[in-house]
Amino acid sequence: MKGKLLKILVSISFLFFGTSVFAAGKLNLYNWADYTPEDLIEKFEKETGISVTVDTYDSNETLLAKLQAGGGSTGYDLAVPSQHFVEIMIKEGLIEKVDGIKDMSNYKYVAEQFQGPSFDPNQDYSTPWQMGSASWAYRADSYSGNGSSMMEFFRPSDEVCGKVAVFKSPEEVVNMAHLALGSNFCSEDPNEMQAVMDLLIEQKKCVAVYSSEGINERLMSGEVIMHAHWDGYSQVGKWEGVDDLTYAYPKEGVVGWFDSLVMPKGAKNVEEAKAFMNFVMHPENMAMLSNFAAYANAIPESSKYLSDDMKNATNIQVPDGIPVKFGQACNKESQALIDKVWTKLMQ
Amino acid sequence: MNIQGENKTQNRIYSLLPLWIVVGIFMIGPLLVMAVVSLMESNVYGGVHFKFSLSGYRQILFDTNLFDEIEFNPAYLIIIGRSFMLALVATFISLLIGFPAAYFISRQSNRVKNILIFLVTIPFWTNLLIRTFAWIIILGKGGVIESSFNFFGLLDEESSLNLMYTNSAILIGLVYSYLPLMVLPIYASMEKMDLRLLEAATDLYSNRIELIRKIILPLSMPGIIGGSILVFVPCLGAFIAPDLLGGGKKLLLGSLIQFQFSYARNWPFGAAMAMFLLALVILVLIFNARLNRKHREYASQK
Repeated sequence: MKGKLLKILVSISFLFFGTSVFAAGKLNLYNWADYTPEDLIEKFEKETGISVTVDTYDSNETLLAKLQAGGGSTGYDLAVPSQHFVEIMIKEGLIEKVDGIKDMSNYKYVAEQFQGPSFDPNQDYSTPWQMGSASWAYRADSYSGNGSSMMEFFRPSDEVCGKVAVFKSPEEVVNMAHLALGSNFCSEDPNEMQAVMDLLIEQKKCVAVYSSEGINERLMSGEVIMHAHWDGYSQVGKWEGVDDLTYAYPKEGVVGWFDSLVMPKGAKNVEEAKAFMNFVMHPENMAMLSNFAAYANAIPESSKYLSDDMKNATNIQVPDGIPVKFGQACNKESQALIDKVWTKLMQ
Repeated sequence: MNIQGENKTQNRIYSLLPLWIVVGIFMIGPLLVMAVVSLMESNVYGGVHFKFSLSGYRQILFDTNLFDEIEFNPAYLIIIGRSFMLALVATFISLLIGFPAAYFISRQSNRVKNILIFLVTIPFWTNLLIRTFAWIIILGKGGVIESSFNFFGLLDEESSLNLMYTNSAILIGLVYSYLPLMVLPIYASMEKMDLRLLEAATDLYSNRIELIRKIILPLSMPGIIGGSILVFVPCLGAFIAPDLLGGGKKLLLGSLIQFQFSYARNWPFGAAMAMFLLALVILVLIFNARLNRKHREYASQK
C-alpha cells in the first residue's frame, strides 16, 4: 500500500542506524523530545531491572512517517502519539493490540472519563501519558480583555491589533476557529469552511507573525501581546519570568490533546512494554511526568505527589464548565478543505 | 602522441568516475525519486499510492474550490511570482553592495586582500539558521538596533521601529546570507583584470564613470553573472529567512513545498512544485549561458 521504494530506502538506512536489541530485559521507548524525565526512567530501571533506551522525535508527523516506512521493523517497543494519530495508526495497522490493559494493576487509577477514550474505546491499544490543550495566551498587564471568548483572539480589539501571533500550522488554528464559530472539527461542509476562511482572513490584518517556535520569548519581549499557545508551555513561560502571562479558557472551549503510550507493530519486548505502561499509570510516577513537562494527566490521585509549582500552576487548570474538545483525524475530503483554506490565507 | 592522447581521454574518464558516482547517488537519484513521486496519487496520511496521476502538476494551475468546482487558481502563481520578485530584488541589492566591495578588496595590497577575503568567508563558519536567529535579536523589539536608538534618545522606550516581520526584514536576511556569494566571484574576475588598462584609459582622458562603464564593468561581467546566479537561485527557494524574519505571513516557494510534505501530506503536489522550481532554475541557467556566450563574442571582437 505504502511506497515500496520508500520502504526499501528506509530499510537501507536502518541497516546503518538500527540498533534495536531484542534481548529480554530491554525496552526501547520512542518519545517526543524533552518529554521523558530522567528520574522516572531510573526509577523504572531500579524497580524492574529492565534497561530503557530513549529516542526522540519532534512531531506526530515524524512518528507517523517513521512507523509507515519502517513496516514493523522500527525496533521500538513504545511510542507516544496524540489521540488523533492513535486513531490513524490503528486505521493504518501500524500499532499492536495490547492484551489486558484493563487488568493492569494500576489501571484503576485512571479517571473514569479517560477510561476507554473515543480514539480507543475498548482500551485495546493505549494507556495515558500526558494531556493538555491549545488555545491562546495574553499578557494580562497590557490587555484589558479577560480571555472569556474565542472571538477576542480572532477579532482582536484595536488595543492588540498588530500584536497577535498565531501557530504556523493549520491544525490547531482551524480547530480553534471551529470552536469560535460553533462548527464541528473536520467539517466537510464548504459553507462552514468558507466561514472559517473568512474569519482567519479577517484576523490576519492584526497578525504580526505565524510561528509555533519561540512563543514565550516573543511574549516576553512584548513583540506580541496575544499568542496562540499551549497550556503547559505557557505555564513554563510564566515560571521563566513572564509573570502576567495568562492562558485563556474561552467559553467556547479549548482544543484538547491527549498523548498515549502505544506499541508499534513488530515490537519485540512486549512484556517489558506492558510493565512500563502499568508503571506509568501509578499516581506517583505520573506525577513525576507532570512535574517535568508541566502538563496535566488522567490520574487524579497523582495530585498528591505534584510539586508546589505544579499545584499552583494556574494556566493548566481547566475552569469548571469550559469544554475541552479533542482534535480528530480528519478524512481526505476535510483535510483537502483545510489545505485550501490555509493556502488561500497565505497566498 | 596518439597513444598519449588516448591515455589522456581514458584518464579523464576514470578520474571523473568518483564525481559521477557522487553526483549520481546524491543528486540524480533523489531527483528521480522526486520526479516519480510527482507523478503519483497522494495518500491522505502521507506517502503515495502507486498509481499514475498528473494531479500534482494540474494543481499548480487549476483547483477545485471549496464547493468542488474546477476553476483556474492563481494562488500558486502569485506565490511563485512573489518568490521571483523577492529573489530578484535581493540579487540586485547584493550586486549594489557586492560590486564596490569586491572592487575595493581587489585594489588592496596582497596582505590586506587576503585578510579581507578571509573576513568575507567568516559567516559561513556558522549555521545559516543560527545566523538568521541572530537577526531576530538585532531587528526585534528591544533588540540591538532599537536599544541603540533608545540610548541616543532618537526613540522613546514605548514605541517601536517595527523592523521585524516585514518584507524589508526578509530582504535583509536574504542579502546578508548570500552576499559573500556575490562578492567572491566578482572579486575573482576583478583580480585578473589588467591594471594597465585602467592606467591607459586614464592617460587617454577617460573619467571615472567611463572607466567603470567601459572597462571595469565589462571585464568583471563573468563574475557579476556568476554571482547573480549564486544569489538568485538559493533566494528563490529560501524558507528560513521568510519564515523567521518575515513572520510566515505569506507563503513563498520554499515554504509552500515544505508545507505540502509536512502538514498537508500531499507529497505528489510538493514534488511537482519542486520539479517546477527546478525547471525555473534551469531556465535561468540557460539564460545565463546565453549571456556568457554573448559576452565572449563581445570580448573576442575587441
